[in-house]
Amino acid sequence: MGTGGYSNRQLLLDSLAAAEPALVTVAIRRISLEAYAESLVDLVGGRYALLPNTAGCATAKDAVLTAHLAREALQTDWLKLEVIGDRETLYPDIEQTLRATEELVREGFIVLPYCNDDPVSCRKLADLGAAAVMPLGSPIGSGLGIMNPHAIERIVATGSVPVILDAGIGTASDAAFAMELGCDGVLLNTAIAKSREPVRMARAMRAAIVAGREARLAGRIPERRQAEPSSPELGLVGG
Amino acid sequence: MRVRIRVNGQEENLRAASVAELLHARGIDGARGLAVALNGAVVPSNEWWNTPLRAGDDIEIVRPFGGG
Repeated sequence: MGTGGYSNRQLLLDSLAAAEPALVTVAIRRISLEAYAESLVDLVGGRYALLPNTAGCATAKDAVLTAHLAREALQTDWLKLEVIGDRETLYPDIEQTLRATEELVREGFIVLPYCNDDPVSCRKLADLGAAAVMPLGSPIGSGLGIMNPHAIERIVATGSVPVILDAGIGTASDAAFAMELGCDGVLLNTAIAKSREPVRMARAMRAAIVAGREARLAGRIPERRQAEPSSPELGLVGG
Repeated sequence: MRVRIRVNGQEENLRAASVAELLHARGIDGARGLAVALNGAVVPSNEWWNTPLRAGDDIEIVRPFGGG
């Protein structure tokens, strides 16, 4: 779960408590004089496992430096690698992401790269040693959900590492859908932070992810063109 | 003696002789979750005190911030 865009820190803490995330992402930024005087590490670092990201980086070089700074600042090898190729859509630059993944894996990082919903990119990232792949559902913050479910299913089916749906989740059903498609988890931020009632939405997301996972494991019925009656056709009254 | 260095993108004339002195002057040397890069290379916190600052140096001081 991401920590960006909350109007105040208590709301962030309450939303985290309701969501019960396995990992909490943070960005790495230049220090400056502003209201958030208390360190984010002090606020959440004790209770949750932190996953620093390289959000804002447009080159592998910047991402690698940011990763090193993040490792030093938070004393963790875990990293969400994000290298952006387009400022409007915030689509990843896969070429730079592949380069950064290769270098960072070599340097001992546990790399979770944000990537596009392309099974080829995901395979290449996994081959380079990424610990998971994190394909987008739709553009960051767009709330458009999963634009190409077939691609996500394909990534799940052909992948050799865990798949975390990362970006574009809008509401609970999107998170449930991601899990039903076979994803191992979901990363989301805006869907909770910018909802009208973040704490309630955080609870909804937690329930949705559990529901989607259970449905996946239960094995759903196939989709059919014809109807299939659920009540027996024999012994009808008046028949 | 003052040196002209770049701190977080801003040109400054500083009296600080080392990374530790610079952080101390800003009142942030005790802060948790801080990291420093000098000329593109991370300076671990245990090296702050013996890393000198020279004219033309480029320093980045960062910390975690809310993000997704």
